[in-house]
Amino acid sequence: MNQTTRVKRRMFLYLAIFIVLCLFSLFSGSLAPHDAELVDLLAAKQPPGGAYLMGTDWLGRCIWSRILSGAYSSIFASLIIVGLSMLIGCTIGLVSGYAGGIVDEVIMRIVDIFLAFPGIVLSIAVAGMLGPGLKNGILALAATSWTQYARLIRSYVLSIRQENFVKAAILNGQSSISILLRHVLPNAIRPVVVTGTLHLSSAMLSISGLSFLGLSSSTAEWGSMLSEGRSLMQQCPWVVLYPALAIFLVTILFNLLGDSVRDVLDPKGKTKSINN
Amino acid sequence: MSASNSGRIRHPVVRYVLRRLLSLLPVLLGVTLLTYGLMYLSPQDPVEMMLQGQGTAPDPDVVAAMRSQLGLDRPFLVQYFNWLWNFVRGNMGTSYIDGASVAGKLLTALPNTLKLTATSVVVTVLLSVPLGILTAVKQGKLIDFIIRFLSFVGNSLPNFIVSLLLLYFFALKLGWFPILSTGSWVSLVLPTLALAIPMTGKYIRQVRAAVLEQLGKVYVDGAVSRGLKSRVVLFYYVLHNAMITIVTLMSMSIGSLLGGTAAVEMIFSLPGMGYMVTSAVTSRDYPTIQAFVVWMSVIYIVVNLLTDISYYYVDPRLSVGMGVE
Repeated sequence: MNQTTRVKRRMFLYLAIFIVLCLFSLFSGSLAPHDAELVDLLAAKQPPGGAYLMGTDWLGRCIWSRILSGAYSSIFASLIIVGLSMLIGCTIGLVSGYAGGIVDEVIMRIVDIFLAFPGIVLSIAVAGMLGPGLKNGILALAATSWTQYARLIRSYVLSIRQENFVKAAILNGQSSISILLRHVLPNAIRPVVVTGTLHLSSAMLSISGLSFLGLSSSTAEWGSMLSEGRSLMQQCPWVVLYPALAIFLVTILFNLLGDSVRDVLDPKGKTKSINN
Repeated sequence: MSASNSGRIRHPVVRYVLRRLLSLLPVLLGVTLLTYGLMYLSPQDPVEMMLQGQGTAPDPDVVAAMRSQLGLDRPFLVQYFNWLWNFVRGNMGTSYIDGASVAGKLLTALPNTLKLTATSVVVTVLLSVPLGILTAVKQGKLIDFIIRFLSFVGNSLPNFIVSLLLLYFFALKLGWFPILSTGSWVSLVLPTLALAIPMTGKYIRQVRAAVLEQLGKVYVDGAVSRGLKSRVVLFYYVLHNAMITIVTLMSMSIGSLLGGTAAVEMIFSLPGMGYMVTSAVTSRDYPTIQAFVVWMSVIYIVVNLLTDISYYYVDPRLSVGMGVE
C-alpha cells in the first residue's frame, strides 16, 4: 500500500515536471535573451559568462538562446513521433485484430516486412526519400515505430474480442467502430500508454541522432547544434557541452517518466520498450 | 537439397532452416519493393539529379532521352523487377553523384562497419553480462545501486554524445588515441566504446532481470540444498538458463548497430556504411541508399535467423516452438 502510493507519487512528480517542460518549451523561444539566429562575428567564440550565459558559437550566436528556441523542436518532435506512431499503429492494430481473417493476415505480413528492416535503417531510407528536414525526420521515425503499437494492440484485441461484453455489444447491434472505440480500445489502452512513455526517450534520442547526421536539420535543434559545433570542440567545448547536456537531461526525465509510468500501470514489467 | 524432398531430410534443424528460408522469400520481396518504391515516390527526378551531378543544366530533350535510356519511362513494376534482377546479380547501379559503382562503394565500406559492429557487440556482452550478474547477486546492496545508476545514465546518453565525450577527453586532452580513425585496431577503441557504453547501459538491466528471475526458481534452491557451491550454481545453472536473454541481446545489439553506427562513423571519420549512406542521403544518391537499405536488411534477417537457430542449441526446450521434435 505504502509502496504503491510512493510509486504513484513519483509518477505524478515526473509527469508534472514533464508537463511544465512541454509548456515551457512552447514559448521558451521568446524568453531567449538574444536572437537565436543573430550572427555577430565580433562576439564569436565567447566563453560562458557575462552577457552570454552559455557563451557563443563560431558565428557569435548565443548558445543559451539557441537551446531555448531549440527546445520546442527537440521536445515536440519526440512527442509528435510517439503520438503519430501510436495513432497509426493503434488504428491498424485495432482493425487487424478485430477484422481477423484475410485482412489480419495481409496487415501482419506488411508489419513483418517493416520489422525486417533493422533499427534506424528504414528511417534513413524514408529520410532519404523525403530529403532532410525536421518534419521529414519525424515522419521517418514514425514510419518505423508504428509496428510495435500495431502488434501490441492487436494481441489485446484478439483476447478482448472473445470476452462476453464484446459479444453482447455485437448482439446488441452496435457498429464495429463503436465497439472498437467504446469496448475494445479502453481495455487495451494501458499497455499502449506504457509503451508510449517508454518510447519518448528513444524517440528523443532518435530525432536528435537524425539531426546530428544532418538528416533532420532545423535551424536550432539540439542534435544539429552538436553536429555543427563538434569541429570546434577543442577550442570552445561549451558549444558542444550545453546542447549535449540538454539532450541528456531531457532524455533522463523521459526515462524516469517512462519507468515510473510502467511501475504504476504495469507492475509486472511486461511491456517492452521500443528501440529504433 | 530442395524443399521437395524434405521428407528425407532427417536433421530437424536443417528442416527448420529450410522452412524459414522459404518463408523469408516474401519478406525479402516486400523489403526490396518497399525500398525501391520509396525512392520511386521521391519528389526528385533522378535524371535531373544525374545531370546536375555532372554539372549540366537539365535540357528537356536530353532528360527525355536519358529517361528512356535508363528505362525510367517504363511501368513501375517493370522497373522494379529489372532493378531487382540486376541487384541479385550484383549489379547495384552507379552512384548519381560520382558515377562510381555502388557495389564497389559498398565493398569498401562494409568491412569497416562489420569490424566496428563486431568489436562493439563483443565489448557490450563482456561488460553487460558480468555487471548484470553482479547486480542481480548483490541485489539491494550498494554496488547494485551504483551499477544500476550508471546503467541508467548510460541508457540516457546517445552514442554521438558518448563519442564526443570520449573524443574530447581521451583523444584531444590526453592524446591516448587518434582523433581520426585510421583503420588500425587502436583507432577502433574509442568508436567501439562509444557504441558499447549506451548499449551496455540498456542491457545490464535486462541481464539483471533475467538472472533474478532464474535465481527465484526452485532448481536453484535444490542445487543450493544439495550443497553445491554458489559459484557453480551461478555460473553453471543460472548462466546456462539466462543464455537465451544473452543471445537475444546480442542479436538486438547487432540490429541496432546496422545503420546505428552512422553518427559514430561520422565523428571518427570512419569510412563505413553509415558514413556512406549519410552523405548519400544529403546528396540524394538513390542507388546508394537503396543498396544500403537492402543489404542492411538482408544482414539483419540472416542475423535473426542465426539467432533463432542458436536458440535450439542454447536451450533445446525451445525447439518445441520450432516445430522440431
